[in-house]
Amino acid sequence: MDNLLAIAVGSIFVNNFVLFRFLGLCPFFGVSKKTSSALGMGFAVIFVMTCASAITWPIYTYLLIPFEIEFMKTVTFILVIATFVQLIEMVIRKHKPSLYKALGIYLPLITTNCAVMGVALLNVEEGYSLIGSVVDGFSAGIGFTLALLLMSGIRERLELADVPKSFENLPIAFISAALLALAFMAFSGMRL
Amino acid sequence: MKLDELTKGLFKYNPIFYLVLGLCPLLAVSTRVDNALGMSLGVLFVLVGSNVIISLLRQWIPPEVRIPCFIVVIASFVTIVDLFMHGYAPELHERLGIYVPLIVVNCIILGRAEAFASKKSVSHSLLDGIGMGIGFMLGIVAIALIREVLSTGAMTIFGYTVIPGFTQTPAMVMLLPPGAFLTIAIIMALINYKNIRRERR
Repeated sequence: MDNLLAIAVGSIFVNNFVLFRFLGLCPFFGVSKKTSSALGMGFAVIFVMTCASAITWPIYTYLLIPFEIEFMKTVTFILVIATFVQLIEMVIRKHKPSLYKALGIYLPLITTNCAVMGVALLNVEEGYSLIGSVVDGFSAGIGFTLALLLMSGIRERLELADVPKSFENLPIAFISAALLALAFMAFSGMRL
Repeated sequence: MKLDELTKGLFKYNPIFYLVLGLCPLLAVSTRVDNALGMSLGVLFVLVGSNVIISLLRQWIPPEVRIPCFIVVIASFVTIVDLFMHGYAPELHERLGIYVPLIVVNCIILGRAEAFASKKSVSHSLLDGIGMGIGFMLGIVAIALIREVLSTGAMTIFGYTVIPGFTQTPAMVMLLPPGAFLTIAIIMALINYKNIRRERR
């Protein structure tokens, strides 16, 4: 049995997906200009990551391993995730228009978000159980949202700051990310 | 004329510094120069292969399902790279870890498929793939060079010592995630600085 608390704390703080593993950096810099859109993106990612972990685990365990085609995991996972995101988009658009308005524009972006693919691959690599995988997916999403929210708060303040001209926009965002990552390094070595 | 397609990816439209694509593998594997070289060779192969195949198939791929089609082509090439690396460079494969299968979600490759290979001829797409792949290689190796030299005070490529240790107290932070962000921030700021100076003149 996996230690669920250790998995959760590990994915949120110690091995934060954005700041430690460098997964999902494109949305991290692309959608972090405003707190409201960061929050929307964060919820969409939490949802997709949890579901993607729950779907890819049975496919790997009951389909790829018995037929000894583990090397097909890259192709299988990306197709499953892409199909799944598309499906969710259609379902939400039909049944929950208000939710679609809030999350809709972020969903297509998530297909090529390496964090989702990364969590599916990591679950397999670490050999988690089904519950462990789902917890890992959920807490990785929380970790992503946490980093995204912190970053968007910093960037909203940076709008008002007097930044040297050559550091405007992305370079200063990278510097802020470096400081944020430095702060998260404090969690490294934490054992549960 | 055609050579433009090859050279534009190197500097003018460098996928890393100009288009800001493919950040995840860039920052994650740029701790050592040989990791960066291995990674970028893999990306180069996938980029060239998928560009050529997608360009060949562009008349038969229906536009509504083009993205899944592109993804299947790209994922097949990534699997080839994964198996090849596992067989011939197991140590490198071990160090790169999940970032090898993650080439499939590298935005450079899907971006080039969508923006270029699905519209242009095979020869143009081939040159574009090579140019963008080498552009990515230049960027990632430059960052890895800075990080490795500063974090270890030395540089070894595939077991050969290129730069012997020149300091006893290297800056460990460059090896850690913050160092990656700092390096790319400063390189981008330098490029901006150069552009601003050129505009003023």
